[in-house]
Amino acid sequence: MTASLVERLLRGEPAALARAITAVETESARGRDILRAVQPRLGRARLVGFTGPPGAGKSTLVGAYVGELRKRGKSVGVIAVDPSSPISGGAILGDRLRMTEHAGDPGVFIRSLASRGHLGGLSPAASRIADLMDAAGKDVVILETVGAGQSEVEVAEVADVAVVVCAPGLGDDVQAIKAGILEIADVLVVNKSDLPLADRTRRQLKAMLQLRAARVDVAVLSTTATSGEGVAALADAVEAVWAAKGRPPPGTRLKRIIAEAAAREIRAKILASPQLAALSSAVERGELDVATAAAALVRALGED
Amino acid sequence: MTERPPKILVTKIGFDGHDRGSRIVAAYLRDAGMDVVYTGPWQQIPAVVKLALEEDIDVLGISSLATDHLLVPKLIEALREAGLGHIPVVVGGIVPPEEEPALRAAGVAAIFHPGASREEIVAEVGRLARLARAAVEGDV
Repeated sequence: MTASLVERLLRGEPAALARAITAVETESARGRDILRAVQPRLGRARLVGFTGPPGAGKSTLVGAYVGELRKRGKSVGVIAVDPSSPISGGAILGDRLRMTEHAGDPGVFIRSLASRGHLGGLSPAASRIADLMDAAGKDVVILETVGAGQSEVEVAEVADVAVVVCAPGLGDDVQAIKAGILEIADVLVVNKSDLPLADRTRRQLKAMLQLRAARVDVAVLSTTATSGEGVAALADAVEAVWAAKGRPPPGTRLKRIIAEAAAREIRAKILASPQLAALSSAVERGELDVATAAAALVRALGED
Repeated sequence: MTERPPKILVTKIGFDGHDRGSRIVAAYLRDAGMDVVYTGPWQQIPAVVKLALEEDIDVLGISSLATDHLLVPKLIEALREAGLGHIPVVVGGIVPPEEEPALRAAGVAAIFHPGASREEIVAEVGRLARLARAAVEGDV
């Protein structure tokens, strides 16, 4: 049953890819089987992450970038993450609204995901869903984060190349994010560069890069996603980073994924542990400090 | 295994650009805890089918304030041809009574008229989504 789905996925059938993504998204046993079966075939696609503040034009720029990749003969998968409501848990997934020019192109597969309260800008399963697109034969897989502020840097760990998209005139925002996502950028883009303050923003970003302790060459580009201006240069810059960095050893990512899964399990065990309530009251009464209580919990976990 | 919330596509086909209603319904469904893929108006049928497939949606909602609903039988046929016949299609907006039978005959699962309440829409879409998901899970 699953074997045939895996075969169809590896052949690149869109229906099989869509179904496999749902299986992985819901962390089902079937999703785990699929990932295990395709794991030896992974590592062919290049993963490009797009992040940046809300309204910078990430989705529109991704749409334009996809168009450029299609011109260059690449097949493309897009994972677009939008935030889940902290109140209802629901989400409006509206990123593909900005990518309608690819609505009829079989060489482009777009999947919207809700963040499900996951911190980091992506969704819990996003990196494994990128693997499924890799397995389905996509040459490039694009991960678009939710509108990001300061600490949504996970995309840099998941993607091979991280593109950080800014918009002109957000002077204070540039200040605010400079200790966070700007530091993970392999390529920095000032989108909406037809707006008056674009040049100043670009100069500010360049100046910020020069202040960094570790001097790295980060391209600072200008794009206008709506007209397509600068998008070919963006594609070239991403290619250049990819060529310079080479392929990361697959073990690095896998180790992180396994460690995260293990950490989630340990956390669930700790939360369900009977000692937790007793230790918590002891801390509340001032008999115990938090670090000692935590150490006691970890010891108790080892004795299970 | 974690539950995925019902995933609903809210879209408009045809030439009518009045998308206020579809936005309100999208917000209703979001506030009921569902994931809503929202596209805005002027979508073409092949694009809607491709989207439905890629997103693995549970229910497809068409908002129609002019005559867009007359395209819905064509959409349902295109879904079936793409192997997506299991996805329930619902229509909301202005549907004259004399045009309802044709939509029902084409397989439209529910029609919401002006005045349909938030509760009614959320309950029916949620019910259809659960049925569709259960049917798919036994499959493939």
